Amino acid sequence: MASVSVPTEGRSRGLFRRPTATTGAWSWITTVDHKKIGILYGVTAFAFFIVGGTEALLIRLQLAQPNQEILSPSVYNEIFTMHGITMVFLVVMPLSAAFVNYLVPLMIGARDVAFPRLNAFSYWAFLFAGIFIYSSWFLGGAPNGGWFGYAPNAVLDPTRGMTFYAIGLLLAGVASMVSAVNIAVTILNMRAPGMTLFRMPVFAWMSLVVQFLLAFSLPVITVALVELLFDKRFGTHFFDSVAGGDPVLWQHLFWLFGHPEVYILVLPAMGIVSEILPVFSRKPLFGYQFVVFSGIAIGFIGFGVWVHHMYAVGLGPIANTAFGISTMIIAIPTGVKIFNWLGTMWKGDLTFPTPMLFSIGFVSMFVIGGLSGVTHSVVPSDYQQTDTYYVVAHFHYVLFGGSIFGLFAGMHFWWPKVFGRKLSEGLGKATFWTMLVGFNLTFGPMHVLGLQGMPRRIQTYPEELGLTFYNLVSTIGAFTIAVAVLVFLVNVVLTQRKPRGEDADPWDARTLEWLTTSPPPEHNFDEIPTVHALDEAWHRKYTETEDGHVLPVPAGGSGSEPAHGGGHAIHMPSPSYYPLVASLGLLFFGYGLIFSWWLAGAGAVVLLAGLYGWALEPSAE
Amino acid sequence: MQEPVAVHAFESEHEDTSTGLPNTKLAMWIFLASDVLLFGALITSYVVYRGRSVVGPYPNDVFDIPYTSVSSFVLLASSLTMVLALSSIQRGDLPRMRLWLLATALLGLTFVGGQVYEFTTFYEEGLSLTTNLFGTTFYVLTGFHGTHVAIGILMLLSVFSLSFGGQITQRDSLTVELVGLYWHFVDIVWIVIFTVVYLVPTGP
Repeated sequence: MASVSVPTEGRSRGLFRRPTATTGAWSWITTVDHKKIGILYGVTAFAFFIVGGTEALLIRLQLAQPNQEILSPSVYNEIFTMHGITMVFLVVMPLSAAFVNYLVPLMIGARDVAFPRLNAFSYWAFLFAGIFIYSSWFLGGAPNGGWFGYAPNAVLDPTRGMTFYAIGLLLAGVASMVSAVNIAVTILNMRAPGMTLFRMPVFAWMSLVVQFLLAFSLPVITVALVELLFDKRFGTHFFDSVAGGDPVLWQHLFWLFGHPEVYILVLPAMGIVSEILPVFSRKPLFGYQFVVFSGIAIGFIGFGVWVHHMYAVGLGPIANTAFGISTMIIAIPTGVKIFNWLGTMWKGDLTFPTPMLFSIGFVSMFVIGGLSGVTHSVVPSDYQQTDTYYVVAHFHYVLFGGSIFGLFAGMHFWWPKVFGRKLSEGLGKATFWTMLVGFNLTFGPMHVLGLQGMPRRIQTYPEELGLTFYNLVSTIGAFTIAVAVLVFLVNVVLTQRKPRGEDADPWDARTLEWLTTSPPPEHNFDEIPTVHALDEAWHRKYTETEDGHVLPVPAGGSGSEPAHGGGHAIHMPSPSYYPLVASLGLLFFGYGLIFSWWLAGAGAVVLLAGLYGWALEPSAE
Repeated sequence: MQEPVAVHAFESEHEDTSTGLPNTKLAMWIFLASDVLLFGALITSYVVYRGRSVVGPYPNDVFDIPYTSVSSFVLLASSLTMVLALSSIQRGDLPRMRLWLLATALLGLTFVGGQVYEFTTFYEEGLSLTTNLFGTTFYVLTGFHGTHVAIGILMLLSVFSLSFGGQITQRDSLTVELVGLYWHFVDIVWIVIFTVVYLVPTGP
């Protein structure tokens, strides 16, 4: 490990010695290394992906035929609510966070994030939030009011489910908020020499935009959830119309967060695809600045469109029209990106390994989801579509066909960097094609079902409505997706059995992370690279002749960083127990809010003790 | 970049950052920007529900504006002592810094004490968290602010105590500056809350 030289001058004022394990379970539990934390995020999120996917399969089983009773109405409510919460907060957000954590420091030429221990804290708080929400199944019923938790239904529901929802999302919000500040500071402050903002890879840019979206949207949902929690636990009247309150306030607060959240979910995938398409087109990204500024524009406009989730509430024609227009406007920067990706591939020297296939899958599926999204911006049309399966089809094309395809592209692309082994191409392509077919079979027919009037969130449907055929197709599609995920898992298991030995740069790629070894050393780079251009790694390998031909740089001037030598004087931050302690305190506090004030008090004490131990521990052992 | 790499990854005071701002300071600014939206949403909830309570007591029945003005003045004065504490440590004058930190914390405590007294009085006059919309929105908004002040006091007292163990020295003036940023922010938020909640008339 790199931390061979132990600094002796560290002011020894910690309560305990800092943990030092570099292998084994403790090294993971106490790690503050952004790469290990990235892997933890990825593994945890994928585990939740399987759980959330199983819930989806249960939903599809229930709906495969009319008048089925596989799930009772109340269990059905719990299942679809948990499916939504899981996929949004416990899968796509943390899976994106896995990429952000692992890649951003490497891409900008940093040794770690700005606050490594806060990073560990974010992970543990997220994990505990997930466990907290899922423990509700055993502690009086899971959340059952939809991931949007509309009042007054959420308040009046007699079970504890929506209380778990409120506190669980608050805990997850703390995790995301801390991480947002951390990553934003990292990107703004920790760039390698010469890495100006406009030499950053698009993925780093999209990550930065996402952190600001998180920082400015999470406080709003925090207030909404606190109000919901107070209404449920203390009998306040925020959403109580009898006392003069207004349930619509919940909707405003929720969607003021909820719409930026959509971009929080999709922008990282857009960043991933913007990295992959140029590599396999062997061309620079077409219109880099346009892609970056479109991302920023999406970030800004994303805060001004939330009412399109609420047309049917009856806010009046002026509000609806204004938000309809802003919703149409946000399609412009999104469209700009689509054309930039097409422009990147245009006349490129294309190859089609799995990451490229998933990226092209992303672009094409996202176009479908984007177009059906534009149809929602039209108020009269949306009146017809609200609460039907058309909406379900739309957002799955965006969040599955978009985000999940992008994330799968990223997994196949960076797997050799992270684990030193390439995923099998054959199985990878099988995953892609099975998933593409399954995905379209599942969600394509939902457009038709929605336009035929099939409502969302209803446990079953009568036979006479003629909805059976497409529902059955959709169920078959869902199981096809499950097969694709299974193939991916087999691929992972087989790949991880192979010996390591991947090149630093197996794809002949363009960004800094490919300059270091695969997997990277703990300190990332033996020598921090000095950056001279966008696509720095590419420019170190290739040069352009005067007539525009690309030539490899002659030997000696090129290539990856030396794998040996130099790395020994670099000591990285020591691992720490305190992020785990503090987040455990947070978890106890969460349970205490439901079950006992003593537990809440104990949780607060543990949290505080963790924070003090954290602040006082020596910087290295 | 051979030598300073070791500190690069640490949460250190002496960093060579891309923007020139220390990491912790940038982090605090982003957090405070985010906190603006937290209070924004809380104040919005209060404003949306102004005058919509269906039963009393109403704001005019319970507010004692001269009293709250005094406690507001106390809180605002604490921003001055906070600045003096920072300027002391930047000059390396630890005893003065301790004095001003303690003064800031005491002024903050006076404010929170005043808020506790105010809440108690309101409660005795029949306004609880659950009485009406006014009680609901008022207590949650001002309670959130009071919690922010209390956390600030905890930070002030922590820095105060640590300075005796030699853990806060002139090199650590950034720590005091960060606490100060937070403290001033909480003060500014109170100006908005005081104006919106107490001073803007609710009408009949």
